[in-house]
Amino acid sequence: MRVFKQHQGIVAPMDRSNVDTDMIIPKQFLKSIKRTGFGPNLFDELRYLDEGKPDQDSSKRPLNPDFILNQKRYQNASILLARRNFGCGSSREHAPWALEDFGFRVIIAPSFADIFYNNCFKNGLLPIVLEENSVDKLFAENAAKDGYQLTVDLEAKTVVTPSGESFGFTVDDFRRHCLLNGLDDIGVTLEDAELIKSYENSRRVTAPWLFH
Amino acid sequence: MAGKTLYDKLWDDHLVKQRDDGSALIYIDRHLLHEVTSPQAFEGLRLAGRKPWRIDANLAVPDHNVPTTDRARGVEGIVDPVSRIQVETLDKNCDEFGILEFKIKDQRQGIVHVIGPEQGATLPGMTIVCGDSHTSTHGAFGTLAHGIGTSEVEHVLATQCLVQQKMKNMLVQVNGTLAPGITGKDVVLAIIGTIGTAGGTGFAIEFGGEAIRALSMEARMTICNMAIEAGARVGMVAVDDSTIDYVRNRPFSPTGEAWDRAVEHWRTLHSDVDAEFDKVVELNADDIKPQVTWGTSPEMVTGVDGQVPDPAQEPDPIKREGIVRALMYMGLKPNMAITDIQLDRVFIGSCTNSRIEDLREAAAVVKGRKVSPSLKQAMVVPGSGLVKVQAEKEGLDKIFIEAGLEWRDPGCSMCLAMNADKLGQGEHCASTSNRNFEGRQGFGGRTHLVSPAMAAAAAIAGHFTDVRELIH
Ligand code: SF4
Repeated sequence: MRVFKQHQGIVAPMDRSNVDTDMIIPKQFLKSIKRTGFGPNLFDELRYLDEGKPDQDSSKRPLNPDFILNQKRYQNASILLARRNFGCGSSREHAPWALEDFGFRVIIAPSFADIFYNNCFKNGLLPIVLEENSVDKLFAENAAKDGYQLTVDLEAKTVVTPSGESFGFTVDDFRRHCLLNGLDDIGVTLEDAELIKSYENSRRVTAPWLFH
Repeated sequence: MAGKTLYDKLWDDHLVKQRDDGSALIYIDRHLLHEVTSPQAFEGLRLAGRKPWRIDANLAVPDHNVPTTDRARGVEGIVDPVSRIQVETLDKNCDEFGILEFKIKDQRQGIVHVIGPEQGATLPGMTIVCGDSHTSTHGAFGTLAHGIGTSEVEHVLATQCLVQQKMKNMLVQVNGTLAPGITGKDVVLAIIGTIGTAGGTGFAIEFGGEAIRALSMEARMTICNMAIEAGARVGMVAVDDSTIDYVRNRPFSPTGEAWDRAVEHWRTLHSDVDAEFDKVVELNADDIKPQVTWGTSPEMVTGVDGQVPDPAQEPDPIKREGIVRALMYMGLKPNMAITDIQLDRVFIGSCTNSRIEDLREAAAVVKGRKVSPSLKQAMVVPGSGLVKVQAEKEGLDKIFIEAGLEWRDPGCSMCLAMNADKLGQGEHCASTSNRNFEGRQGFGGRTHLVSPAMAAAAAIAGHFTDVRELIH
């Protein structure tokens, strides 16, 4: 996995709450058996005026000019600013894959849905929870200034604005450690293979009906 | 010291290692797989040269992409080549790794959350995961069950464990008695209407109280299925006689002495009387009416006798904006009566409501009646091949067909429209599924979530109507 330590980038605002995974990546694109290539279909129904189909060249489709990611100033955005309960809905990892493939590295919101939040870390994407009024402030500052950028420091656990204002955030140590070092957590778990085996062996005795 | 909650007990039973940083390794007893979220996980295993840790803990089935007609041709019958490749990939991966799969032509094939309990592959006290958020369904059996992402599917395949943070405990207590005609679906929609779609975020919810205890296993599954729609990955109900009666004599259930030992253990799977919950929500069963969603989130719900809300009355600006947007998408006017919403299609199916009891309830309503000519389509999609067989044995298929509903083959179908069954743009659908998100049942489609009985009543009337008036 890609190492994540610090990131500075353009901020795109997604000013609606309860953005669900069907919105992030509509189901017709889940038919792929690959992990990559979902970026052009990120927010497909909001982004294009026609109905998207898998295996289609999206660069030729009619864009919805009102949609935020179609506006010139947000084309190279890598930080998504969002509202409450971002990523609700299904467990599909295609949602973080699509965000990552588009070029996002960070999502900031007042709250996230659990499974989505968890899936982000597995894909080098950092979800950051900030207080609602801090998020409001970032939305306002971002709207006021073209080219607005934020700096995210995972080591220091801060989000810093161009004026130098800093917002602290919390993230659990294991996930932070994996991101900072680009660790694959299967490898980390397999270091405990003996422990898993001994647990399993004792369960075979105490709850044999679970093994057949 | 306070007693343990059901969740605490399940957690402690499966704890392999508590790490210093607060995360924990949790052992997984049952891993269910389907074609949509597994291909990249198998690919990952192969790339890393890893093998599945414990083959017999896995059970796979294709469900999301399978067509609900013309199943005799098997995989060949899947018209969309991209869907076909996904199902073929699952077949190939299961064959290669030796994982048991109920293939498309197997009578046991069905929606993953229907077949687990049906086979006894879901047993009380287990930890169960699947790359699908509605895995919470299995919590109805006193299991710790939740959805995972594809990276975690790979993690479970490779290690039989998951890295988890312990969640907080929430009790949703439904007191009193449900009125006739009120189902598990109405209960869970009322709960979501009360706590909101993020109300359960970070919690494992246990559903308890007199009204829940009185429900069948099927209704409990419907409720746990939608825990995720309240933001909680995990929904659970304590084990009781109903649970044990349901799992007895299923193909994967233990027998003989192992059964007796298992039952003895299962009887302990309830929260202790002195257990403490981080949050308790109480609802009164007597207040619950048949529920209908009017918006694009399951929390946008009201009783069938209610009205579409007026955004002008909503003080919270973010919520107000959400209502305005939802009404625009749904093509509804503020203050209109729910019963005035005209429908184009009716869908009875999905892992929420496609079990035999659901089909019986729907059939009881349509029996001897006719589907409204104003509808374009009304369809019934059983949750599994075995549910289909049972329904046909009881003659339910004939009742549906005579009333003018289509009788299909099992799968996810129009719940998420990954196969050929979808809504057209702007069409309103009374659906027994679990999500009414924008575009969920087809581009521009408008979904209203209801119980099977309410969907059946809507099919007859052509618009929403209080099913209690039809059954009295
Ligand atoms: S029926 Fe619907 S919610 Fe259930 S597993 Fe299938 S697609 Fe998901």
